Amino acid sequence: MSDVLTIAQAAFEPDTGDTAWMLTATALVILMTIGLGLFYAGLVRAKNALNTFMMCIAALAVVGISWAAVGYSLAFGEGSGFIGDFSYVFLKDVGFEPFAEGQTIPHLVFFAFQGSFCIITAALVSGAVVERMRFSSYLIFLVIWSILVYPVMAHWVFGGGFLFDRGTLDFAGGISVEMGSGFSALAAALVVGARKDYGRQALLPHNAVLVLLGAGLLWFGWFGFNGGSGIGTGNQSVLAFTNTLLTPAASLVVWFALDALRGRKVTAIGAATAIIVGCVLITPAGGFVSPAWAVAIGIVGTFPCYALVAWRPRTRVDETLDVLAVHGLAGFVGILAIGFVAQEAWNGVEAAELAPLGDGLLYGGGALLGDQALAALIAPAYAFGATFIILKVLGFITDLRSSEHEEAVGLDPIYHGEEAYPTGEGAILVTPTEADEAPPPAPPRVADPA
Amino acid sequence: VKLVIGIVRPEKANDVLEALYRAEVRGVSISRIEGHGGELDRVETYRGTTVQVGMEDKVRFEIAVSDDFVQPTIDAVCDGARTGEVGDGKIFVLPLERAVRIRTGETDSGAVTPVKS
Repeated sequence: MSDVLTIAQAAFEPDTGDTAWMLTATALVILMTIGLGLFYAGLVRAKNALNTFMMCIAALAVVGISWAAVGYSLAFGEGSGFIGDFSYVFLKDVGFEPFAEGQTIPHLVFFAFQGSFCIITAALVSGAVVERMRFSSYLIFLVIWSILVYPVMAHWVFGGGFLFDRGTLDFAGGISVEMGSGFSALAAALVVGARKDYGRQALLPHNAVLVLLGAGLLWFGWFGFNGGSGIGTGNQSVLAFTNTLLTPAASLVVWFALDALRGRKVTAIGAATAIIVGCVLITPAGGFVSPAWAVAIGIVGTFPCYALVAWRPRTRVDETLDVLAVHGLAGFVGILAIGFVAQEAWNGVEAAELAPLGDGLLYGGGALLGDQALAALIAPAYAFGATFIILKVLGFITDLRSSEHEEAVGLDPIYHGEEAYPTGEGAILVTPTEADEAPPPAPPRVADPA
Repeated sequence: VKLVIGIVRPEKANDVLEALYRAEVRGVSISRIEGHGGELDRVETYRGTTVQVGMEDKVRFEIAVSDDFVQPTIDAVCDGARTGEVGDGKIFVLPLERAVRIRTGETDSGAVTPVKS
């Protein structure tokens, strides 16, 4: 047995160029989670900026471990059409040999790259529940969600699940990442409920500069996210990389125009949103459509997302940072767009047992559109349903929400004992010995009226 | 004519504004201040440095009203700002020597009576 292993190892020489790029791409996707933290933190009030950022940092912590423990195995273990198995639990058999035939990079790199996707997807969901969810409950939610929701959807489309077999095309995670986070966010917002002042007071972003900086870092990282999803440096990766430049640019132009028509002003936070909408639109289609169609997807796809972002705050659904509009809906549009405008001449996708050729409806391939539509229906249903049930059950066991008093004071001092912008004026230094003798008193609490 | 000064929690400032509006008190100015009225319960830690927050953020309302409006104003600020915990704030009522509306030159009661529009 060990002789066989040695021979297999000796036989595999990773492609150095592919491996170097995938290592870089993984780091870029990790940076996206930090960019998302900045983006989200800027969008909330100053008193919740740290808690909001920490929700993203917590995803790096919790999901990084849960992915290694079981998440990766459930996503990429052979298993069934629905979910993987336990063959890679705790990185068992994940080493220097490639994950699958045809791959040119070590399995470990593939594992890390896919892990960075699960982390950012979990962090995205937090946008629906910022400014009121209890931090401890959120951490528990992260563990469960990153095991039961993301790996299942990733398995369907990337890990040999039923969508993979049918030939549903999803280049970088329009199904697992974008629809997965967007529709989970809607469920989370409904279960956790609106902030206490939602719809009553103006709850405004506290720092638009952070929002733009975060969106810019997300775009930067997205070149690794999309450009790495060809798992190498092949034509599809190159195509996706360039399309990741074009689609967000088109989205920005359209968003500028819509802003100017609607309010006569081109807004900065709108621009930041447009960047992300564009990146999401091209996430599923990146390696499958021509650059010209990438621009067209950016133009056409931005309209419904803009409309939902404008309409949602008039509803009672406090899906606070519009994860549904920016990720769920844009991912949905991108997945469907593939069914129309994918071109085999650009993507080189060959027909297989069940899978059709990589041509969309406009290029003579009607079968592909059916597969895309199936994914666009099933993915939102699973993400919404599973997240809804997880949070409902968790809500029976523990409080999902902060008390009204905690929400009023701000979650930064309540959960983290820090402020994003402390003045230090009048603060009394507690020397270590004093602190040891007298533990800090608990923050004041008002009985929850509910 | 009196000057009513109310120092309240920042998170209750909107409730106070709402209560004042209901009491038909219209002329208000507010400022963000830091203050300390006995509560010393918040501890923050930045790496190795632990501090008790000495000064809490507060919002100060300054409302000049004619004598009839003093009690309704005080009631409104109390209603809006009270949580029942230490740190809800204070109200001070001061006599006001003169008040002038700059635009018209009206003085005293006339200056603090809201413009009907």
